[in-house]
Amino acid sequence: MIFRPARLLAAAALFAPLLAFGQKNGCIDCHRQLDGDLKAPVAAFETDIHREFGLSCRDCHGGNADTDDVALAKDKSFKGAPAKAQVPLFCGGCHADPAVMRAYNPALRTDQLSQYGTSRHGKLLKAGDTKVAVCTDCHGFHGILSARLPKSKTFPWNIPQTCGRCHADKELMAGYRIPTDQVDEYRASVHAAALFEKKDLSAPVCNDCHGNHGAFPPAVSSVASVCRQCHAAAGELFGKSPHKKAFDDMGAGECDACHGNHKILAPSTAMIGTADGAVCIQCHDQGSRGFEVAADLRRALDGFTSGYDEVEGLLALARRKGVEVSDPEFHLQDVHTTLVSAENLTHGLDEAEIGKTLAEGEKALQGVRAAALGAVKEGRFRRQGLAVTTAILALFAVALALKVRRMALDRRAKAGPGAPGPKPS
Amino acid sequence: MDRSVGRAVWEFLDERFLISDLVGFARKKMVPEHGRSFWYFFGGICLFLTGIQVATGGLLLLYYTPQVDAAHESVQFIMGGVKFGWLIRSVHSWTANILIAMMFVHMFSAFFLKAYRKPRELTWVTGFVLLVLFMAFGFSGYLLPWNELSYFATRVGTDIAGSLPLVGHWLKTVILGGPEVGQSTLSRFYWFHVALLPVVALALIAVHVILVQTLGMSKPIGERGKREIPFFPDFIYKDALGWTLILVLVGVLCVFLPWEVGTKANPLASTPLGIKPEWYFTFMFSTLKIVPAHILSLEGEKLAILGFMAGGLLWLLIPFLDRRAGREERSPLFTWVGLALAAYIVVMTVLTYTAPKL
Repeated sequence: MIFRPARLLAAAALFAPLLAFGQKNGCIDCHRQLDGDLKAPVAAFETDIHREFGLSCRDCHGGNADTDDVALAKDKSFKGAPAKAQVPLFCGGCHADPAVMRAYNPALRTDQLSQYGTSRHGKLLKAGDTKVAVCTDCHGFHGILSARLPKSKTFPWNIPQTCGRCHADKELMAGYRIPTDQVDEYRASVHAAALFEKKDLSAPVCNDCHGNHGAFPPAVSSVASVCRQCHAAAGELFGKSPHKKAFDDMGAGECDACHGNHKILAPSTAMIGTADGAVCIQCHDQGSRGFEVAADLRRALDGFTSGYDEVEGLLALARRKGVEVSDPEFHLQDVHTTLVSAENLTHGLDEAEIGKTLAEGEKALQGVRAAALGAVKEGRFRRQGLAVTTAILALFAVALALKVRRMALDRRAKAGPGAPGPKPS
Repeated sequence: MDRSVGRAVWEFLDERFLISDLVGFARKKMVPEHGRSFWYFFGGICLFLTGIQVATGGLLLLYYTPQVDAAHESVQFIMGGVKFGWLIRSVHSWTANILIAMMFVHMFSAFFLKAYRKPRELTWVTGFVLLVLFMAFGFSGYLLPWNELSYFATRVGTDIAGSLPLVGHWLKTVILGGPEVGQSTLSRFYWFHVALLPVVALALIAVHVILVQTLGMSKPIGERGKREIPFFPDFIYKDALGWTLILVLVGVLCVFLPWEVGTKANPLASTPLGIKPEWYFTFMFSTLKIVPAHILSLEGEKLAILGFMAGGLLWLLIPFLDRRAGREERSPLFTWVGLALAAYIVVMTVLTYTAPKL
């Protein structure tokens, strides 16, 4: 008997959600019967993350949801839909309050509002420009999904489209004098290929370089730091290279000077050297020391790459001939890693180090080349062996056929002239 | 001198193995010769290919390792690191497939020639059981390289066995050695493939061959010709001609299409699209795919499996069901049934590869 209160409390706790579920929501009941923009929130809110946490219309918009009377519903607490300029504060009312957020998602950051204030969007909004993005432009409203869900506007592979909705709009961007081809350029980049083709969610999208709530174009001086978030080794090498001081003196960005920004293509040895398409000749004129170094590096890398391609071709040929070459192919991957390593070392411009790495790779490549040549030879040997064996077996088969025929003739001769069987030739 | 040594060796062996008697038996034994005697050669081809299977299988045992973390690597080593390993394994795999195909041809030719009629009922029964055993050889051997296709095909195959009514779960557990395809499965399949099945199959082959030799080859119903040829050497020479041609075919296949090693099985990977068993199981596999989910409130798949089992039993008992053939009378009903079955197997097998979305 002494446990009765506890049981009652437990029962109440268990059934409370059911009671809440059965509670009246005048906002939804009424808006469901309306048309267009006034009806849309009802359906959209069905999947909204706020609804999942048990929040309802009045938690954002205020008002009295217990009545069907529109006038009574819009009581003193009713806030309605905020003006665009008020949206950051409207959302920040909860999202910038750690005490409120702790009750729903303690892991969620609460500095979005303050970050937004530092962003280009936030600064322009403060200056009275209401065309800039606010929370709802990127996250939507009423149908807001968790950024972890693939359908969310802020899921990695939707972000270029979310940002591009404004930034690729020439008319909207005209007043800001910024280009509108960033999204198209990004879609042609190696990063987009990783994201959209390989479905690699760690590939960078707009917010990884520009920030999200505090979005701002990275300053020239900070581009390298942004890229180094992922390309730390290349950044470290560049920091030690003679280019570092030269770029700093010129006030040039580091990575983007050679790789570009939005349309960053897969790097290749074609970027190095003095031929068309090489980035070195952007700064180094013919006859200069830099021009010579660029040409030397390209020669060294091309020499190694052509050796690599040759061995790769030999292995492909051997595989086509049916020879098992998994083992040398595996070792060739090691050689490829060496090539990538040497290409990466070009960021440091240490010719000796690059030469040493290529020499190590060449040594490994020799081993694979020997295996590949052996495999091609093996393929040739198999075909020659088959030809010889088939010839011997064919001769044997002909001999057997003749013998069988002879025996048939002998039997016929024994049986008499009228007996069936092959006619003597 | 040489002649006397050779004679002494021959006499030594002859006294112990009664070779003269065997040769005498073979010379005396006659094989009917008629318009359809071509089909007799498929039995000899099956025996020849079985010999190749034993020889190459024995050699593969030298390097194969029946462990999940080493099986694939050992097969890769056989194909790339062992001198002529690629040839031994390719010959083993190709002849295994040709052997099953030849066994089907041999079985259907015996069926259409009504070679199962009295007193050769047991020759038919042992022959059909041998076909089932060799299909089991194929199923167990397919998993041994532990590659992606074989792993998932085994999973699909054992799932089908597991859906049998009453005994399904038990049977699947016995086959797999646990709830999933794993080390226990590989060990069991290896044991089936190199120990249990060879012993049973070789004993049955011995019975089958002894029956063929003692009862002689059956002549088709209505065949009135009395032409015969000696089994040795005339028939054996003809047989050897067929074997030689098969050897050439196997050689060409092995050199131009060596048997693949495939990607190592990854039990955590999702099942690849279009996974299917070895070709000789596909007519049953495709049937299970097209059968309705429910037939008269019974599960369609289970009903189909029971249908195959019942069909197999009836096929085994054909010699005892075809009474007309037993009386040396033509039995067109059985011929039509056989034709329908052969057509069904061929069509369903072809459809598996040409219409995979069936």
